[in-house]
Amino acid sequence: MAETINAFQFSDKALAEIQRYISHYPEGRQKSALLPALHVAQAENNGWVSPEAMDAIAEILNIQPIEVYEVATFYTMFNLKPVGKHVLEVCRTGPCCLRGADQMIETFKQKLNIQEGETTADGMFTLKPVECLASCGTGPMLQVRETYYENLDSEEAVDQFIEMMRNKEVETPEWKK
Amino acid sequence: MGIKILTEHINVPGIETLEVYRKHGGYRSVEKAIKTMTPDEVVEEVKTSGLRGRGGAGFPAGMKWSFLAKPEGVPRYLVCNADESEPGTFKDRVFMEKNPHALIEGMITSSYALGANTSYIYIRGELLFILRILEKAIAEAYAAGLLGKNILGSGYDLDLHVAPGGGAYICGEETALLESLEGKRGNPRNKPPFPAVKGLFASPTVVNNVETIASVPWIVNNTGAEYAKIGVGRSTGTKLISASGNINRPGVYEIELGVPVEEFIYSDEYCGGIWKGKQLKAVVPGGSSVPILPADLIMKTAAGEQRLMTYESLSDGGFVSGSMLGSGAFIVFDEDQCIVRNTWNYARFYHHESCGQCSPCREGTGWMERVLHRIEHGHGHQQDIDLLVSVAKQIEGNTICPLGDAAAWPVASAIRHFREEFEWHIKHPQEATAPGAVYRGQLAAATV
Repeated sequence: MAETINAFQFSDKALAEIQRYISHYPEGRQKSALLPALHVAQAENNGWVSPEAMDAIAEILNIQPIEVYEVATFYTMFNLKPVGKHVLEVCRTGPCCLRGADQMIETFKQKLNIQEGETTADGMFTLKPVECLASCGTGPMLQVRETYYENLDSEEAVDQFIEMMRNKEVETPEWKK
Repeated sequence: MGIKILTEHINVPGIETLEVYRKHGGYRSVEKAIKTMTPDEVVEEVKTSGLRGRGGAGFPAGMKWSFLAKPEGVPRYLVCNADESEPGTFKDRVFMEKNPHALIEGMITSSYALGANTSYIYIRGELLFILRILEKAIAEAYAAGLLGKNILGSGYDLDLHVAPGGGAYICGEETALLESLEGKRGNPRNKPPFPAVKGLFASPTVVNNVETIASVPWIVNNTGAEYAKIGVGRSTGTKLISASGNINRPGVYEIELGVPVEEFIYSDEYCGGIWKGKQLKAVVPGGSSVPILPADLIMKTAAGEQRLMTYESLSDGGFVSGSMLGSGAFIVFDEDQCIVRNTWNYARFYHHESCGQCSPCREGTGWMERVLHRIEHGHGHQQDIDLLVSVAKQIEGNTICPLGDAAAWPVASAIRHFREEFEWHIKHPQEATAPGAVYRGQLAAATV
């Protein structure tokens, strides 16, 4: 007998949010809600999108699972493996580097004792380098969930940031409130 | 102080609310357009204004609008490109964050002109926090009868939605954006057909940048002829400039097109000069894709005239001695910055962001990144410089979308203007890879 392992269940609020997006598109174009649905899934699933979550999305949107996989693997915001509680998306692109992004990233690596792409042993932080976040006038900077943290241009600023994040709960997206 | 079309009220407390926005003249263009003008009259005003696409290409907006096909019984769409991802560009983010109703007003007036009854704002996924701001403002506009059925009792209907991306620079290219909006990978489409004929959901579509759309209300309120009086020649109106890099006052500035580059860099009204009392080495004036220019060439054209912040003046001299206004992302480099390192950084960016559809871009961007990486890290070969030029040349013009060109130009221009610095890296790898080492030989000659 077939048994579903690790089946993924969206909460009612998450389902309502996906339905809201589906309603924005003409009939038969519900696939347009795929990217929003992946964002919702990631927020529902501790910051990453599991294969089970992708299958659940395929079912809701009435499309093939492969259509979800091929999109989830194309866009860089979707984490396809488990991540730490706080994913530090550090900007590594030219304009931020002119204001010290390389040093900021080095400092994070030393302080957290991880390399780019890794997660700390306590599961608190993942260091994820990303490209330009449209915050070049306030670099070096990073993003965690829906918040920008800017002008992290000294060791002290990085220290303060890490301390602050250690005591911070994960943000609740608007639709979940 | 020049005229402020886009940012006059941007710092008014509460401007993000409908009430305060309306108190400062907000949504007047919607009333004027819908109640007193035909859609074609609005299009004519935008044509007369000379407004050019503010996303980077600079194509006349009114002309783009007039290409929109209007077959009977087929819906038309207006899609706002808020996928601001060009390195150095952050004007649209700041604008939408502070003054969301200004974009929404532009969307309503422009949608009316184009006969669209459903419009979308496609915003890069990283800006979900701004999507929330826009959605809140859109809800206010619906409640006030500015969106939805029978807007202001005119019989005109419009629904407006915001759609997030998922992290992909390529989705700023309009056909990739449309693919993404349809829930697919952001692979640019072959053209023709152009979006004006077959765009979103295979229907006629106009895609415009945030700043372009936000300029429309002023044009409707004050006429296109008045708008055309601002600026210089074919560079009409004002432009938001995102100023970043080694300057005293980074930020977003609205300028009248035509401000001298030198004034923009050194005036306290704008960048406020180079930080820490350093010397200017180079500028990328229009986003990471446009050619980099050394200090002497950014200040003056090849003919020795003062260079201005206009489409024409910044591109004067072609790629031999000029660059482009692009998206208006003005990135400033001081004397301590290494051009090789920066070029490698940009090459890595384009490699990372290539969608992989066209071989010259998919393979070429990787080649350029790897060759630049080895030069930067002290393992370059003498023939690498010509190799880079050759690869860049073979990408340029050989891809479906402009990402290939955007990847090739920074590399080709850096070598064109800073060849000595590349040679120095290759000839003196130990010196060049020492912490903080920068080649200064060429600087002395080029510094203004």
